Amino acid sequence: MSYSESDVLARITRLDRQELRIWVQQGWIVPAQGETGVVYDEIDVARIRLICDLRQDMTIPDDMVPVVLSLIDQVHGLRREFRTLAEAVEHQPEEIRAAVIAEFRTLTQDAD
Amino acid sequence: MSDDPYKILGVEKSATQDEIKKAYRKLAKTLHPDLHPGDKAKEAEFQKVSQAHDLLKDPEQRRRFDAGEIDASGQERPERAFYRNYAGAGGTRGRYDSSAGFQDFADASDLFSDLFGRRGRSGGGFGGGQGGFDARGADSRYNLEVDFMDAARGGKRSISMPDGKPIDLSIPAGLRDGQTLRLRGKGQPGQGKGPAGDALVTVNVRPHPYFERDGNDIEIELPVTFDEAVLGLQVEVPTISGTVSMKLPKGTSSGDRLRLKGKGIQPAKGTAGDQHVRLKIVMPDRVTEEMEALAQRWRDIASFNPRESFGRSS
Repeated sequence: MSYSESDVLARITRLDRQELRIWVQQGWIVPAQGETGVVYDEIDVARIRLICDLRQDMTIPDDMVPVVLSLIDQVHGLRREFRTLAEAVEHQPEEIRAAVIAEFRTLTQDAD
Repeated sequence: MSDDPYKILGVEKSATQDEIKKAYRKLAKTLHPDLHPGDKAKEAEFQKVSQAHDLLKDPEQRRRFDAGEIDASGQERPERAFYRNYAGAGGTRGRYDSSAGFQDFADASDLFSDLFGRRGRSGGGFGGGQGGFDARGADSRYNLEVDFMDAARGGKRSISMPDGKPIDLSIPAGLRDGQTLRLRGKGQPGQGKGPAGDALVTVNVRPHPYFERDGNDIEIELPVTFDEAVLGLQVEVPTISGTVSMKLPKGTSSGDRLRLKGKGIQPAKGTAGDQHVRLKIVMPDRVTEEMEALAQRWRDIASFNPRESFGRSS
């Protein structure tokens, strides 16, 4: 599904056009370029809602929003890579898997 | 957890609306699911808190709840898709993800840089760089508002990127609203020997007070006086390339359209568009007695009824 700017504004009533444009300008939201203008997809809409929550429900000041977004983006990046790594380990033969798990336990114990 | 919205928000029954709002904000900061990707319990708790807040934030609804007219469960909230549902979705790498967090792992383990370094190619995520060796820099996206005339006739603009770098941008004549200009190599720097990404500048064309655009054609509504229309006089018409003189046909009406061939937008390639002139007869602010007398005489000699076709059907 893709949405025009007006569709997005109709769906998220606590957002105004100028705010949205500023967020796009700031790079907080990166909509795709459609034939007749920018188009937003589900992930953009969910991210816009998140920014509304941050600013309105959590009263995060505007200059802190990029800090929070950057941290959230990093968390998602890290989570994705870890999940992929876990999958890669999962696909190994039993003995390699066991060796990785054993080594992981040793390392995390040492860290304590 | 209790179903009592006051207990959920941790406020007294006598709390003011302001206290309720404050309590909700505090809880949202600790419980918002997007701040805890992967934590299912936090999401369930946040849903309850949001529901409780939805019920109590409106004084009228709160009064009805207090009076026992509605119960807390009457406030079902539609399931909401949080950002993490998309950002955390499996499969291809998310648009906003950043794996900059792995950059320093390269010293600790070649495995990580082998695994994650290559991914830098697919884009940076907000505010993050990429880990890795040779990779093309990410494209940066910008939005730019352009004056109607600059978009129509072309021109040069110097814009400064959010990081302060100025970029000279040449605007091609006939630039359309929403079009994207690609500036090669002006995006994020590449990793290692990788080339820099591109800057993609999306253009919003500011509307003009009297010119409108339809592709390469320009449209304008031209106010003319009654006498200019009757006599078919010469009038001055603004075009995007300056004022031109145009002779009105004798006895022209409001709404008539005239065409100025080739006076539209001249794109770099192809033929120029036209300017369409839509006439609108306007009256002076003040009608003098003399004008009235003239109009009365006009009435006496002209038997024209423009509403004739309406009359027949009624």
